[in-house]
Amino acid sequence: MTARAVTEATFDAEVLKSEKTVLVDFWAEWCGPCRAVSPILDQIASEHSDKIDIVKVNVDENPQLAMKYQITSIPAFKVYQAGEVVKTVIGAKPKPALEADLAAYIS
Amino acid sequence: MRQLIIIGSGPAGFTAAIYAARAQLEPLLIASSVQVGGELMNTTEVENFPGFPAGIQGPELMMQMQEQAEKFGTEVVYDDVVNLELDGDVKKVTLGSGETLEAQAVIFATGSAYRKLGLADEERLSGRGVSWCATCDGFFFKEKVIAVVGGGDSAMEEATFLTRFGSKVIVIHRKGELRASKIMQERAFNDPKIEFIWNSEVVGITGTDAASGLILRDTVTGEQSEIEIGGLFVAIGNDPRTHLVHGQLQLTPEGTIAVDGRSSKTSLTGVFAAGDVIDPTYRQAITAAGSGTVAALDAEHFLASIPEILPDGPVPADADALVSAH
Repeated sequence: MTARAVTEATFDAEVLKSEKTVLVDFWAEWCGPCRAVSPILDQIASEHSDKIDIVKVNVDENPQLAMKYQITSIPAFKVYQAGEVVKTVIGAKPKPALEADLAAYIS
Repeated sequence: MRQLIIIGSGPAGFTAAIYAARAQLEPLLIASSVQVGGELMNTTEVENFPGFPAGIQGPELMMQMQEQAEKFGTEVVYDDVVNLELDGDVKKVTLGSGETLEAQAVIFATGSAYRKLGLADEERLSGRGVSWCATCDGFFFKEKVIAVVGGGDSAMEEATFLTRFGSKVIVIHRKGELRASKIMQERAFNDPKIEFIWNSEVVGITGTDAASGLILRDTVTGEQSEIEIGGLFVAIGNDPRTHLVHGQLQLTPEGTIAVDGRSSKTSLTGVFAAGDVIDPTYRQAITAAGSGTVAALDAEHFLASIPEILPDGPVPADADALVSAH
């Protein structure tokens, strides 16, 4: 399962108004660490699909979202609950480290 | 049990894997989970790797090295090593998944990690305007004033690359001259978008939500000054990644793993080291690759000199004596 792409047009409905906790992976094609961490996020998403929804925002194609959420380093992961950012994790990390960072939202 | 496990997936690790696989040692290479390919994955054009007169992108070069290693039978595992037990005849390598692998020989080629300035502000503003990777993050600093700290090749490469995005790039260096190679210096000096602040070190980063300024200290006069910036890229060098072997392998005063002469032999029999983790001086893709070759040949020689371990049979007592080289 690969995380689905969310855009400026769908962000409101799919992230901010979601009833579920949503993790947004801000990434870009040219970012090596983003590509490396992507399969790990997919694993976390399928293992915890009852708790969290994981989606991707391509910062090249959605610069307004990147600007609004002050992304200056990617990969950046932001967890949204009820339209608010409740957690930010920056940088590609091994799966156990990411799971530890996200423990409050996936366990 | 394996004959050989290689830890690390940069030029040293993959070159060792190419040689070891061709020697039919069926190496297992542990590539890490998120940093596969090592430092070159964060670079753009590599112009000094022989055989590529038109240059090659760092990630492309690493993918080709991996393909070449796999072609000859290297098995690549995408996980991180969390623990090592290197003494004794059986080397134990524990992965993030919890699995423990065993091998007769290990090549340690974990490279180096970005050095930090060591400022509290740096941690606080990391990912908020402070970055270690221009190719990853430069994009977010369009039309901003970008500072780059450092005076080596990687600092010059970052500065030159960042001119694509920033309105201006300021290189801050604590000495009065650069350590970078002449061609990289020339390129930076000739770039109208790059300015230099000499003899200065960063002692503070200002900004609450995002980095907005730097506090500099003149390394000659001790005077402090402040400049406004939109982003800061730190390129002050790397430290060898040795934490997994602290207390097990002997290190040098520079913090690299100590090896015997021009070989790759560490202080433990059957453990070899290669690449940036043993090299405080040169640290190039091609020297790391050469060093990986040395490690594979040393490991091959070592493995050939130990008798095959039979499932229940004892290892002859003099097995170590044959290969003692320290």
